[in-house]
Amino acid sequence: MIRKSLVIIGGGPAGMAAALGAVKGGLAPQEILILERDKRLGGILNQCIHNGFGLHTFKEELTGPEYAARYEAQIEEKQIPYKLETMVMSIREGEEKEIIAMNGREGILEIYAKAVILAMGCRERPRGALNIPGYRPAGIYSAGTAQYYVNMEGKLPGKEVVILGSGDIGLIMARRMTLEGAKVKAVAELMPYSGGLKRNIVQCLQDFDIPLLLSHTVVDIKGKERVEGVTIAQVDEKSVPIPGTEEFYPCDTLLLSCGLIPENELSLGCGVEISPVTGGPVVNECLETSKSGIFACGNVLHVHDLVDYVSGEALEAGERAAEYVLSEEDSGPGGQELTVCGENGVRYTVPSTINMNRMKETQTIRFRVGREFQGVKVSVYLEDTLLRSIPKKTMAPGEMEKVILLKKDLEGKEIQRIRITIEEA
Amino acid sequence: MEEKKELTCIGCPMGCQITVTLKDNMVTSVSGNTCKIGDTYAREEVTDPRRTVTSIMKVDGGELPVVSVKTKESIPKGLMFGVMEEIGAVKVNAPIAIGQILIENVAGTGVAVVATREIKEK
Repeated sequence: MIRKSLVIIGGGPAGMAAALGAVKGGLAPQEILILERDKRLGGILNQCIHNGFGLHTFKEELTGPEYAARYEAQIEEKQIPYKLETMVMSIREGEEKEIIAMNGREGILEIYAKAVILAMGCRERPRGALNIPGYRPAGIYSAGTAQYYVNMEGKLPGKEVVILGSGDIGLIMARRMTLEGAKVKAVAELMPYSGGLKRNIVQCLQDFDIPLLLSHTVVDIKGKERVEGVTIAQVDEKSVPIPGTEEFYPCDTLLLSCGLIPENELSLGCGVEISPVTGGPVVNECLETSKSGIFACGNVLHVHDLVDYVSGEALEAGERAAEYVLSEEDSGPGGQELTVCGENGVRYTVPSTINMNRMKETQTIRFRVGREFQGVKVSVYLEDTLLRSIPKKTMAPGEMEKVILLKKDLEGKEIQRIRITIEEA
Repeated sequence: MEEKKELTCIGCPMGCQITVTLKDNMVTSVSGNTCKIGDTYAREEVTDPRRTVTSIMKVDGGELPVVSVKTKESIPKGLMFGVMEEIGAVKVNAPIAIGQILIENVAGTGVAVVATREIKEK
């Protein structure tokens, strides 16, 4: 049996930054334990060998493994304990949380902790969730799986490739496979806009003349043993394929980059409330879930575009978890509780509630919009009174947005709701 | 002759839309960028476009069969495949330190290829 103040589930960018945040918040490093199921810390960053990471955090452009190494070095330096190749099986909530984990060296581990931080990340939407007809031939991979084969194993999964979905991993893999000698014939995107960053459209597709087919999808996969080709059709505004627009693309490989889903089986198992919009836990201003002392950060909470944002959010979760562990009172914060509502195009907000007694001087509200906008403003209302508006030239579902609230703007106001909404500029 | 080019900046994830005005192939103005990186990118992109190449190199005796690498600085865009060919032809021995130079001058660019991760011996 192991007793700790704080157990962090997942040793990727979120888990590592959360651990550092907890130390910053006053916890002794040896009171923390990170549990990681892979052979090394760093999570998905290990296979993201492209550059573009760290511009916010380190003010320089790093590759994924370099970004992970910077955090790993801090974990080692602060001597924060972690266990690798260790799978968490369950979490039980309560005043003291019980975590059941296992690994090949120690068998089953019973771990007790005052606080838990969920930092399990997300997984890719699989073929089974996409309803594409056809057999189950070899040659269909999620973009992340292909990335693992190419970047960690040094193996190219195919030579003639079609990519469905224009999320960032799909775009990055279009370039990666091309550089490694494969021919990427097209990237098809169901929506009328790309889900990826603009810079990746330029440097991953345009640089290599790879066509991006917006409002298109794969309607059939040909091949029984191995993929022989896919049929791509245009779709209407309801995402329904338009008959007569089908075109056959011979290929041996289909990569799927159709969205990421927060991995919350453990959270559900301990009764944490999950948002139907993000697929991640509903959290308050401390990034604490509906279960007291269980916090969440990173892609398990909501899918981020940039690891820098994950690190920032996780650092905060770590600090808040440390505060929770170190606080003497058991009676909850009391005080005024505000609900944060996303309206008119704002799909969700993180956090979704703010307790005024626990709110810091500033509170970052992160959110995403449900469609593309041009020439608009983001307005923050306290009930029906406008607090302020921020003009935005463009907004897109693929880009996470934020507003920062000041405590002094909210203090002493007789309100229950903060509304964040998109308006005509 | 005056010419306008529309670019999307790749300097950071903001992806600013930049307009570059050229006169007789000389940049006369850059607009739409929000920072200095955008200005530099735009001027370079219309005269001498460059990219950082990231890839992997085969490893002997390491904990992983490959090591991730990058060109230490950006290289001319037109030489990306030449750089890839040279990176693909080299095999290195573990252990490898992060930042270790694995090719001094790749494809005659004067730019080094460095490891972006540590590889311990198996």
